[in-house]
Amino acid sequence: MTASMPPATTPPSTPPSTPAPTAARPALHIRGLHKSFGKLEVLRGIDLDVAEHEVVCLIGASGSGKSTLLRCINLLEAVDEGSITIDADEITALGVDVDRIRRRIGIVFQAFNLFPHMRVLDNVTLGPRRVLGTPRAEAERDATALLERFGLGDKIGEYPDRLSGGQQQRVAIVRALAMHPDLLLLDEITSALDPELVAEVLDVIRELAAGGMTMVIATHEMTFAREIASRVCFLDGGVVLEEGPPQQLFSEPREPRTRQFLQRIIEAGRL
Amino acid sequence: MRNTAIALVSLVIVFGGLAVAIVNAPNWPVVQTSFFDVPRIVESMPDLVDGFLTNVALFTIAEVLVLVVALIVAVVRSVPGPAFLPFRLLATIYTDVFRAVPGVVWIFFLGFGIPGLRIEGVPRDPFIWALVALVLIYSAYVSEVYRAGIESVHPSQEAAARSLGLSRLKALRFVVLPQAVRRVIPPLLNDFIGLQKDTVLVSFIGVVEVFRTAQIKQSGNFNWSYYIGVMLVYLVITIPMTRLVDWLVSRERRQRAAGGVR
Repeated sequence: MTASMPPATTPPSTPPSTPAPTAARPALHIRGLHKSFGKLEVLRGIDLDVAEHEVVCLIGASGSGKSTLLRCINLLEAVDEGSITIDADEITALGVDVDRIRRRIGIVFQAFNLFPHMRVLDNVTLGPRRVLGTPRAEAERDATALLERFGLGDKIGEYPDRLSGGQQQRVAIVRALAMHPDLLLLDEITSALDPELVAEVLDVIRELAAGGMTMVIATHEMTFAREIASRVCFLDGGVVLEEGPPQQLFSEPREPRTRQFLQRIIEAGRL
Repeated sequence: MRNTAIALVSLVIVFGGLAVAIVNAPNWPVVQTSFFDVPRIVESMPDLVDGFLTNVALFTIAEVLVLVVALIVAVVRSVPGPAFLPFRLLATIYTDVFRAVPGVVWIFFLGFGIPGLRIEGVPRDPFIWALVALVLIYSAYVSEVYRAGIESVHPSQEAAARSLGLSRLKALRFVVLPQAVRRVIPPLLNDFIGLQKDTVLVSFIGVVEVFRTAQIKQSGNFNWSYYIGVMLVYLVITIPMTRLVDWLVSRERRQRAAGGVR
């Protein structure tokens, strides 16, 4: 792949105080994470490490806590117990500046959540302009380049309503990328799409993975997870029940629950 | 074609019949001289319009202020967090109290009460206090309209904005409010029609506006036609505005139907 390194996937510069990175500097550390909604305990002690440039896929049944975990990493949900650390920066600490943290972590939602009152270009430039203070002309130049790279160059002036689901989701990905995040969270981003539109979105993710973007992906697309993941985590009952390289986890899962889950997926013709 | 003809004939018969019945009623001449004295209406019109300019000034300034004050109140009521509780409470008490008490009571209370305190530096012009009263009353109503709009924007929109690193206030300003305001324009204009009509209430505290002008004229010769003049002046302003609101509402409904469930 000869494509120049995209700005969105440039690895974060190392602060001078931290030691030089060795092989793979852990980008994200999660320890003993608990989260309840009322009486329902969704996360019951999640432990997870994601190294820089790693692509971790979260699989598991609906309600296993995949989305909640991603929302906790982005601090969209307050954590009840446990800690999340990014580059030695504990983001779950009290009094932390959540807006500063979120700047570094992009998230793409299942339902796109584009801003319907703004054109595509303004959707993408909102973050850089209002959060990073990037001048309008520069933000629009960057956004246009990103949109063109993902085949959306002719949609710049459109409102989200006029785009297909696949196009909307690609705009949502570009909107997250425009902030040049260190970490990208993808929350079942193809689940709301018609089957024929899934491929165009997955292509974008493939390209990002090839560019070295660190990603945590909650997904039901097992074939895709198998292809793209550096590591797959099976969530069950609010914990990471089993994790491993995709070949191992999909072919010879250790846990009976994992086997059961994958069996159901195979029966549904999704693997 | 045939339907049009039937409609025309029906119109002529009903309205013509009504007109004939009214004009031939035994007491019609008295009613006509007292209520529909056309020369008097025409002759008083310049004065009435002159008085109405005061109403126009009052509701124009009030509407601009209401848009701002109501927005602030609505935003204060929407800010979460325990530290903001006293402000949320204050805003809630304000909207409740000003909506619960008849407007004319507030106009009386502020318009006569405050100048009556004779405090140094506090204006005594009834126009000012009329304006203050109207702004306070209508901001309470309009803040609820804004709030309904803010709450109608799906939480996922705020989540998307916050996930980019926008602060709560910036998410409100750039993402939530623009969508909320668009949705509440029709009910907001409805409240403004109410405000425009309620400007005549300030005649009670001595502001000479269209209603007061008509009262002065009427008390001179006991002819009520001047009030018909007042009604005409209002009809000219209010009917087109109600039609505009109806049109906006139906357009909004059409657009939403076209957009479907999201």
